Amino acid sequence: MNVIEVKNLRKEFNSYTSRPGLAGAFRDLFTRNYKVHAAVDNISLTIKQGEMVGYIGENGAGKSTTIKMLTGILTPTSGSIIVNGMNPHKQREEFVRTIGVVFGQRSQLWWDIAVQESFRLLKKVYRVSDEDYNHHMGHVIETLDIGPLLDKPVRKLSLGQRMRCELAAALVHNPPLLFLDEPTIGLDVLVKLKIRKFLQEINEQYKTTILLTTHDLTDIEALCERVVLLDEGKIIYDGKLNQLQEHAVEGKQIEFEFLSEVPRSSLPRIENIQWEQKDATTWLGLINGDEQMISQLISDVVQRNPIKNVRINEVSTEEIVRKIYEEGMALT
Amino acid sequence: MSMYLEMIRVRFLMMLAYRTNYYSGILIYSINIGAYYFLWSAIYGGKEEIQGLSVAQMTTYVAVAWMARAFYYNNIDREIAAEIKDGKVAIEMIRPYNYLGMKTMQALGEGVFRLLFFSVPGMIIVALIFPVTFNASLNTWLFFFVSLVFSFIVNTYINLLTGMMTFFLFNNTGLIRAKRVVIDLFSGLLLPISFYPGWAQEVMSYLPFQAISYIPSMIFTEGLVGQEMYNALLSQVFWVVILLIPIRLLWSLAKKHLIVQGG
Repeated sequence: MNVIEVKNLRKEFNSYTSRPGLAGAFRDLFTRNYKVHAAVDNISLTIKQGEMVGYIGENGAGKSTTIKMLTGILTPTSGSIIVNGMNPHKQREEFVRTIGVVFGQRSQLWWDIAVQESFRLLKKVYRVSDEDYNHHMGHVIETLDIGPLLDKPVRKLSLGQRMRCELAAALVHNPPLLFLDEPTIGLDVLVKLKIRKFLQEINEQYKTTILLTTHDLTDIEALCERVVLLDEGKIIYDGKLNQLQEHAVEGKQIEFEFLSEVPRSSLPRIENIQWEQKDATTWLGLINGDEQMISQLISDVVQRNPIKNVRINEVSTEEIVRKIYEEGMALT
Repeated sequence: MSMYLEMIRVRFLMMLAYRTNYYSGILIYSINIGAYYFLWSAIYGGKEEIQGLSVAQMTTYVAVAWMARAFYYNNIDREIAAEIKDGKVAIEMIRPYNYLGMKTMQALGEGVFRLLFFSVPGMIIVALIFPVTFNASLNTWLFFFVSLVFSFIVNTYINLLTGMMTFFLFNNTGLIRAKRVVIDLFSGLLLPISFYPGWAQEVMSYLPFQAISYIPSMIFTEGLVGQEMYNALLSQVFWVVILLIPIRLLWSLAKKHLIVQGG
């Protein structure tokens, strides 16, 4: 079953440019230079129930705009959106009962009152029964470890504490679909791990579909099998994360640290392998192509020279994404 | 419905979170009433009455007008403007409720809170210091409260409209300030409408502002009685219904126009 179905989605914004100088400012009073800018440009996307999808792109690539259209906040300029079988904008009040949203940069809790009062209000707003609430939220509160925070006003919480509460608040009505817009922004490693573990749990337990945008690619690596890459409003990659890694990387790197200085000539000469000297006793072997080469190379090198340490450097997703954006390499 | 009641409760909690505001509010209102009392005593000099109002009636008018203001006055216009400006309205759009309805409920929560914990104790303080008369009949009290409810609705509607203008202007602090002055002036808070020149009264009778302060205060001081009072109440009802139209229009426009500012 498709939870999200998006076809040829497009969102244009009118922006105006200011003319330079005082004379320009006066001219701006009467006529302005308008420019149409497509923040989201012809996107098609389907997401199935229970999937965890990472939605990544640079700042201004159109991620947040897409999420805002999917949640019914913004109206699309053209194209069709069906989420949970509904049109988000047209059937807003009915639709929003079936989704949960966390915006990392904005709080949805009431600032001046205790966290539990916010929860209580949300429980009423979403008409959750006492029984469901106690059962479900009891679990959420325990897993996110926010029990001791419940009677504190939101303004007194630290960012990590607040974020966990935000996540809990988005789940009061146990929605089948969860949108997370940069949920781990500015959080420390421990809180990040806690949040990731929790997301995995609800995904397994309730088959919650999760669409996640983040700049922290380790989040995506830990959570998502599938990634959608966005650049200037267009989807440039949609598929498995590990395929992205396989395709995008020219090869692996093996770092040999020898006990003594080793000249270039005593290293094995194999096709598809390039050598690069890091310092006197350290060499980097760059392998292009076959993964089988790794073991062959290591055994060849080790037989000839005494080594202190060997390290296989895998290229991180971050590296891949950086490469894709810098070199404009589009993968399909 | 229970969610709206819950919202009123939350608003109570929020008001209680800032107690200093609450105490200083009582003080400021009392000072205001005092200032107007002395001003009006000076204006009256030795005269028995001006424009059909005696000094005692005038003092009561001023006190009641200010205390009623505590109930109908709210800051939802500024809140809506702030929520639009910093993009918080986006959060409100993902909630399964009517944003404007929820704002109205918040305003009501604030109003009820202030009526109970602000107007009533404030009134007692004022009655101890100034010669205010509360000998109105039970009927007058009843009509006063009915009228007060309408004045709350009219004022809240105007606040909603002003707040929503932010969708189109992006920054409307000026408009909000102007609105506040216009309401204080044209609603009869600072000066009873009957004191204005004839042509101004004529103009103001076509505007919704006197439904906010003048009518309930006049009913309480018994400056409006009988048929006149019923007509005044009817005019309030008229505005309660009529103002819904621009609100509906503006809101549906605003939703289409909604650009979430700040990312």
